[in-house]
Amino acid sequence: MSSILLFLSALLPIGMWWLLRQGVMSKPWLEQGVVEGLPGPPPTSAAKVGLGVFLAVIGSLFALFISAYAVRMQMPDWRDVPLPNILWLNSGMLLLSSIALQGARNAARDGDAMALKIGLLAAGVTALAFVSGQLLAWRQLTGNGYLLTSNSANAFFYVLTGIHGLHVLGGLAVLGRTTAAAWRGRLSERLKLSVELCAIYWHFLLVVWLILLSILAGWAGSFVEICRQLLT
Amino acid sequence: MVDVPLGSIGAAPAAAVDDVELYHPHSWLTKYVFSQDAKIIAIQYSLTALSVGLIALVLSWLMRLQLGFPGVFSFIDANAYYQFITMHGMMMVVYVLTALFLGGFGNYLIPLMVGARDMVFPYVNMLSFWIYLLAVLILVASFFTPGGPTGAGWTLYPPQAIMSGTPGGQDWGIILMLVSLMVFIIGFTMGGLNYVVTVLQARARGMTLMRMPLTVWGIFTASFMALLAFPALFVGAVMMLFDRALGTSFFMPAIAEMGQPLERSGGSPLLFQHLFWFFGHPEVYIVALPAFGIVSDLISTHARRNIFGYRMMVWALLAIGALSFVVWAHHMYVSGMNPYFGFFFATTTLIIAIPTAIKVYNWVLTLWRGDIHLTVPMLFALAFIVTFLNGGLTGLFLGNVVVDVPLSDTMFVVAHFHMVMGVAPILVIFGAIYHWYPKVTGRMLNDALGKLHFWITFLGAYAIFFPMHYLGLMGVPRRYYEIGEMSFVPPSAHMLNAFITIVALIVGAIQLVFVFNLFWSLRHGRPSGGNPWRATTLEWQTPETPPPHGNWGRELPVVHRWAYDYSVPGAAEDFLPQNQPNAQARQGTSNE
Repeated sequence: MSSILLFLSALLPIGMWWLLRQGVMSKPWLEQGVVEGLPGPPPTSAAKVGLGVFLAVIGSLFALFISAYAVRMQMPDWRDVPLPNILWLNSGMLLLSSIALQGARNAARDGDAMALKIGLLAAGVTALAFVSGQLLAWRQLTGNGYLLTSNSANAFFYVLTGIHGLHVLGGLAVLGRTTAAAWRGRLSERLKLSVELCAIYWHFLLVVWLILLSILAGWAGSFVEICRQLLT
Repeated sequence: MVDVPLGSIGAAPAAAVDDVELYHPHSWLTKYVFSQDAKIIAIQYSLTALSVGLIALVLSWLMRLQLGFPGVFSFIDANAYYQFITMHGMMMVVYVLTALFLGGFGNYLIPLMVGARDMVFPYVNMLSFWIYLLAVLILVASFFTPGGPTGAGWTLYPPQAIMSGTPGGQDWGIILMLVSLMVFIIGFTMGGLNYVVTVLQARARGMTLMRMPLTVWGIFTASFMALLAFPALFVGAVMMLFDRALGTSFFMPAIAEMGQPLERSGGSPLLFQHLFWFFGHPEVYIVALPAFGIVSDLISTHARRNIFGYRMMVWALLAIGALSFVVWAHHMYVSGMNPYFGFFFATTTLIIAIPTAIKVYNWVLTLWRGDIHLTVPMLFALAFIVTFLNGGLTGLFLGNVVVDVPLSDTMFVVAHFHMVMGVAPILVIFGAIYHWYPKVTGRMLNDALGKLHFWITFLGAYAIFFPMHYLGLMGVPRRYYEIGEMSFVPPSAHMLNAFITIVALIVGAIQLVFVFNLFWSLRHGRPSGGNPWRATTLEWQTPETPPPHGNWGRELPVVHRWAYDYSVPGAAEDFLPQNQPNAQARQGTSNE
């Protein structure tokens, strides 16, 4: 369960910093009047804050899956899955998708409608390529006899990639709506926000995927082992 | 009182929600059924949760009938008994308490108390309710499937939960339970995002975090915890569903069923326990923190006194919230863990007693020399304090490994758990309903019926659960369908069981008086006016009662003070509403 505790302890300082900034040390019974006219950071939109909290929830979900993985892999019946090579191509696709969406975000900020459309389309296509690539990886694995039930390592591979893929698909649905809006209308503030939210979500899913990949490939385990040896 | 420049607090939130952003209902259907108004959603959540609560109450009756009069009721066989236990537990903990505190009170009170027009994502909020309803329907559907609902115990421990010896284990029961939980979690996440982000983003001008009523603090903290803890249950449910439906071995060890070895190997049942309790323990506080918050407000309002140690109360809420994530394994002392782990988890468990005790002391000190009005909400709040204290103290017993191990499988745990997480939060729910019903409907609940309901519920709950402690110390096991003849169980224990059953029937029946009161007062209750309890918090200052769509009419309230200016010396009235500006309050000096 150390991954989830690590994740939560990463959230803790953020929460404490925020609480301190919001005056959790103040003495409200002594204070009267309205707070206003104070310089501060520009107010963040509710949607952005909502996405931030949602990412914390998804982070918690994956940290828990990884915790379960770490516990289960210590059992003697565990047989590692050889990763299909196509995963490297898929990772590249997801990276490209993230870059394209970042390009779209920058284009939206600069008001470049054409670049925005190209960026959104490129991101959508590469993300679809990622999802189809993951399905191909599943087919290769099952073709080689690594079935869901034959070993828990296989089952974890399918579940982890599946849950991650579902999150990408959910993002694609939103991205599709955003792209349609970009095609139809002018460059409104609302559209800019949508593109920005999509980009943040995409970067997050990319990071999650890289962590999952490093764990499925066994690098994370060796990394932890090296750290442990350095410490002891 | 001095006007302190609040430089350290940061920018004030936006003054108003733009009118265009607010959703407007157009037809009867979008106004009352598929409504995006948090108040309607709150009522939908509450009524659904209360209905589930009535089902769970009947299940507890059936269970008690078997325990009190074993063998008398032929339709309760061992399988049915375990199904009743399981469904009672899961319904009460997740579908009643969580849904009612966060979905019900959260939806109603957060926007009103922080001075917002609505939740920040109304559409998602509506989806949250309908998904919750779907989860409830899936759960209830399991009563009507072949094999009936699951009888795995509310903790659903594998491998027994998904094997043929357990009711519903190889039928639809466990599948529907797991799917329902997953659906519930998805729905809750939608609601939870709303509760958290509304508190973060939609507060009225002047409503700094430290001016929020403790109710909002409690619900806010609990929502955040739930958002982070429910994924653990989700992960457990997904993996168990794979084990049950697709034949994987996440949790299933090499095991034989009816003498036949199954094609499973290597799975870890303990892993599920870790995942379950990583959700399960925060869940206790997900229910308790809103209760803490609500009780603080009830006590302060009905004792006409500012809450003692507001800052400490907030910090204690936050501390409990954070600590509750590192105590989960105290539910697993009997699973055979490394003694150092046991020591660690016992320590963290006992440390939680400190912030909790701070809260109890502060409630008592709020009452001290207060102008206590023994209204029905106040009675329930006072009953909560003693009940929670009682359950908390037995928690100190069970938090210690050496005490827990012999007590773990006895009725002592049932008594502790029901006192601290069953009776205590439900007393708060009742108190809160009596308190806020006038705001929801514009009429008071009947006082005489309320007092009758209170006394029988309160004394009855003690008559039910207090003797269980003794049964537990005597060694009477929990979870058993029938105790039978055991040398260490004297005949008096059977008499006590029969007594508990009779009281349980009475206490259950008296809830019908409450339900009757809810409906009767809707038409015949005394009109309450906007602020019958003369309370300071914003929800009582709405221009109309019940508050219309958008809550505040044309202008959003502006907050000038904290939520607890009661009995301020020199003030004309014994309460200063949060939105009362300086000028009118000048006659007062300080309330320290």
